[in-house]
Amino acid sequence: MSVLTNNLELFLRLFGQTLQLFAISAVLSLVLGTLLAALRVSPVPVFRAIGATYVTVLRNTPLTLVFVFFLFAYPLLEILRIEPYTAAVVALTLYTAAFVCEVVRSGINTVPVGQAEASRALGLTFTQMLGNVVLPQALRSVVPPMTSTMIALLKNTTVASGFAVPQAGSIRDALSEQGDNVLFGLIWVAIGFVVLVMPLTYVQQVFEKRWSVAR
Amino acid sequence: MSMVLFDVPGPKARVRHKILAVAGIAVALAAVAYVVMRFIATEQFTARRLDWINYKQIQLSLLEAIGNTLSAFAIGAVLALVFGALFAAARLSDHAWVRTPAAVIVEIFRAIPLVIMMFFFYYGLPSTGIKMSAFTAVVVSLMLYNGSVLAEIFRAGINSLPKGQSEAAYALGMRKTQVMTFVLLPQALRAMLPTIISQLVVLLKDTALGFLITFEELLRWGTLIGGDAVNFGRPMISVMIVVALIYIGMCLLLTWLATYLEKRNRRNKKVIKTDNDDAGQVQLGNASAAVGGVTV
Repeated sequence: MSVLTNNLELFLRLFGQTLQLFAISAVLSLVLGTLLAALRVSPVPVFRAIGATYVTVLRNTPLTLVFVFFLFAYPLLEILRIEPYTAAVVALTLYTAAFVCEVVRSGINTVPVGQAEASRALGLTFTQMLGNVVLPQALRSVVPPMTSTMIALLKNTTVASGFAVPQAGSIRDALSEQGDNVLFGLIWVAIGFVVLVMPLTYVQQVFEKRWSVAR
Repeated sequence: MSMVLFDVPGPKARVRHKILAVAGIAVALAAVAYVVMRFIATEQFTARRLDWINYKQIQLSLLEAIGNTLSAFAIGAVLALVFGALFAAARLSDHAWVRTPAAVIVEIFRAIPLVIMMFFFYYGLPSTGIKMSAFTAVVVSLMLYNGSVLAEIFRAGINSLPKGQSEAAYALGMRKTQVMTFVLLPQALRAMLPTIISQLVVLLKDTALGFLITFEELLRWGTLIGGDAVNFGRPMISVMIVVALIYIGMCLLLTWLATYLEKRNRRNKKVIKTDNDDAGQVQLGNASAAVGGVTV
């Protein structure tokens, strides 16, 4: 307990950093992932191929490798200097976007073809069909897996601790430098994550239960 | 492709799609060309920076690193499957005193990031006198985390079976263990196999987190060779491309195994269906014979 109370400021600051890293990467990956999903369901085969290649490559690469690439290899290309923090955001965003893309795409695919055909037969425009018919139905099957993806992103932010980007995973470094008990420090970090993740899991389960009945 | 959103294209739309396709190819090629130009401009593929491929010592160390990654994966996967099976069984138990602690443990391990677990086992535990090698820390963390996820997958798979299956088995007088091993598990395992294998792909990728606790696996090998400024002038780019290709190759092999099993699965179901139809016909024949017997 004393590890936590003595270093409360450190814990709060670094968990704040984790949440910040999470929030920025979450927003960016949702945007990028949705764009990629738009590519993957587009009627143009080339766009679909581009989206599919991106998803296959990023989904089968370890996140740590993406981090290594952006922190150790990318600077050698001398394109644009980026801070380690930005590099971490880029790595997390690119990696998570592939998963977001798959969630959105499979969500759209769960909508029966008849729904879109019927709305076209009724003379709805493309945007009306998308906004009033397809997306509201797709959303139901998107939200639960999207929550899991976001939980994974929150936990994945700790990978940044291997690359000198301050977040909750770096509490260990700080504690061992001060000579504090690392074991209890790490237990408190773990508890912190449990506290952050549990409500999200609960929300996900509620959505899953409430909406799975609908179809 | 998804036919939900778009109608079959007419002549105008086809022309538009062709123009968009050309534009898409142009953008993609431009992006690739820019990256390749940067590779050339910063001399990433000069003879000196590719020289590492020629050394036998480095080739052997690469094999060793892949071996370490794969053995962490193999042992971690087996342990995670066992852990998952045990905890799924515990969560499905009829006794609340078994069910509740199992549920709590599974939920907690699912919520803790793998990195924190690895730190805990590798940096935290030694202060209590328990020393673990990096390999053990990686394997134990992989077991706890992926085992918990697998426990949830197993549980969901068994819960998704129609209730009639277990009810019928109980009605036949089977014990709980018999119902589980003879009736529920064979059906659930078949349905869950693709999900289990995609979780194993996650486990394979997660071995790379061992990099953070100095486990000598493929990624660490890559950073060591790639960071060698003295002999090869930091061939990080070329080494990382090789490492990424190896990881993607291994994961895709596993994914293909999953799709293959899924396909075989579907085919098997059809076979079973015709078998059942035959069985139905045989039964019908018997029934009519029996009926005939009664009338005679």
